[in-house]
Amino acid sequence: MIHRECGVLKTTYEADMALYPLPIARWTVGVLAVLFFLVVPMTVHEYYLSLANLVWIAIIGALGLNILVGYTGQVSIGHGAFMSVGAYTAANLATRLGSPWPVNLLAGGLMAALVGAVVGIPSLRIKGLYLAIATLAGQLIIEWTINHVTFISGGVQASIEVARPRVGPMVLSTQRDMYYFLLVFVGLAIVGTLNLMRSRIGRAFIAIRDHDIAAELIGINIFRYKLLAFAISSFYAGVTGVLYTYFLGIANYEQFQITVSIDYLAMIIIGGLGSVLGSIFGAIFVTLLPIGIRYAMEAFGGVFFSPQTVLNLIPNLRLMLFGALIILFLVVEPDGLNRLWRNIRNYFRVWPFAY
Amino acid sequence: MLEWQFTLLLLSNGVLIGLMYALIALGFVLVYKATDAVNFAQGEFVMIAGFVVAGCLGVWGVPLWLAVPLALGSMVAFGFVLERVMLRKLIGRPVIAVVMATIGLASILRGIGPFTIFSGTKPLPLPVSDEPFVLGPLFIPPIQLTGGLISLAFLAGFSWFFLKSRNGVAMRAVADNQQVAMAMGIDVERYFGLAWAMTGVVSALGGILWGNMLGVDVNLALVGFKVFPVVILGGLDSIPGAIIGGLIVGIVENVAAGYVDPYVGGGTKDFAPYVLMILALMIRPYGIFGKRIIERI
Repeated sequence: MIHRECGVLKTTYEADMALYPLPIARWTVGVLAVLFFLVVPMTVHEYYLSLANLVWIAIIGALGLNILVGYTGQVSIGHGAFMSVGAYTAANLATRLGSPWPVNLLAGGLMAALVGAVVGIPSLRIKGLYLAIATLAGQLIIEWTINHVTFISGGVQASIEVARPRVGPMVLSTQRDMYYFLLVFVGLAIVGTLNLMRSRIGRAFIAIRDHDIAAELIGINIFRYKLLAFAISSFYAGVTGVLYTYFLGIANYEQFQITVSIDYLAMIIIGGLGSVLGSIFGAIFVTLLPIGIRYAMEAFGGVFFSPQTVLNLIPNLRLMLFGALIILFLVVEPDGLNRLWRNIRNYFRVWPFAY
Repeated sequence: MLEWQFTLLLLSNGVLIGLMYALIALGFVLVYKATDAVNFAQGEFVMIAGFVVAGCLGVWGVPLWLAVPLALGSMVAFGFVLERVMLRKLIGRPVIAVVMATIGLASILRGIGPFTIFSGTKPLPLPVSDEPFVLGPLFIPPIQLTGGLISLAFLAGFSWFFLKSRNGVAMRAVADNQQVAMAMGIDVERYFGLAWAMTGVVSALGGILWGNMLGVDVNLALVGFKVFPVVILGGLDSIPGAIIGGLIVGIVENVAAGYVDPYVGGGTKDFAPYVLMILALMIRPYGIFGKRIIERI
């Protein structure tokens, strides 16, 4: 967080594992909460709030994927498909049964967790590259199924309209309403992940990541914990899908294709594998990158290209920059933005003294 | 048309397409065998090679006999540079690092088209006629026959290379154990570069053949998705496995498309190979000819 950690002397394991590492951390969290719950939504324009909403949704998905890839060490290229499972479950429930959003959200998450656990079953026998390819197959098969089974996809365009969520008598129709709605879930997801990683389950995940055979020898049931990691991670993905569906007002399989899976993987790699703060940084960075590129190209692209080509180039420039950033981070800074942030903080820890 | 004739037609098409898949899968296998790295950008390699040839033929007016060696040369150079700049830095890192790096590379290559001369689909004409050979009930398009023969020639060539030639034996030693190979005086880094360059050659041929069949644009890279079922079925580090896997995938997707498509409304071709692959992963994850890995702590 933002405060300076100097003069920290922890003498017990409990102190080292505490959710707030220092008393001042409570204040930092409090200030951030006031900033994001009160100051930002009151002062910022509706358009920027819609960007913030996209970032919030991405943060939840990135946290979920980081639980699986960063903490448990199981690669998944199928998270876009798990999101679509959540989205279509919620959309079908909402339109067929008219159930309220909390039910849909939970059902979407649980359904995605179930599908995720099934896709994760091969992880018991295979790992690494083979698992990556198996989840890739899962992604393509789920995509095909949703697209071809009209009972799920609701007909030709494979898209289902969903009514705006309502809290009590209030319908959440503006971006500002959605901002509060989504921010609550972001808070829950962050606290949930932090606490999960402090618990027995989280430690087991980390043990499996570091060496799965050794973890089995010290008595961790690999079968259970690997499937649990897939289920929890897919639950987050399903919730992301449901929230995105409510945000857009429509469930559409095109929002959850393989490029989305890769986007989320890029988020956690650029942000930092195995870190909550890293997932947040990565989600912000990758979500805002295309918007930044669009602004930059509209401002300076005309110098080099004609206006028509600029429009054509924007998506391609995004692809190239995106790929280049993934490679750059992997080669130069494997721990991602989180590491850069820690370096900055360590520098200022004893500032202005040298050491 | 009679039922058995229809089946035979599907089978023959499957075999020819399968051999052309095997050619692309060979690029994947060569790199994995020698360097333990996986190439998720295999389809994009093929696409880039297609870009070079189609650009030479259509835009700069270079004749075909010059365009093909140009494409081969540029892909070899690309392979060497890529290994030196990117993959050598990732040696010894977790699998996800190499997987994501090649996905990033794929992303760059997909975006590069419109910044050069490429926007829209370009043809890649070859001096092969469009008239299919008719053999009883079979219709064999000449380009697929050419592709199948070239694949077989290359597969035989690489098999010989790995079994008999000095370089091939050295490369097998590198694949088996890098540290021991180094201790025996083998220049491991050179063979890593060589493996990527060989992938470049195979991809260039794949790009020319597939580019002629499908036309050259970004969608040519989608051929790369078919590589995974092929290599998983055959075994990731086996050259004969690439042929067998390619044949299985080609036949299964053609037969499935012929018999199932009328009922589900299309798309079985892109779906059936993956179901087969999941089954293979469950039953025999290291593939038909793959090396079984025994892990120790």
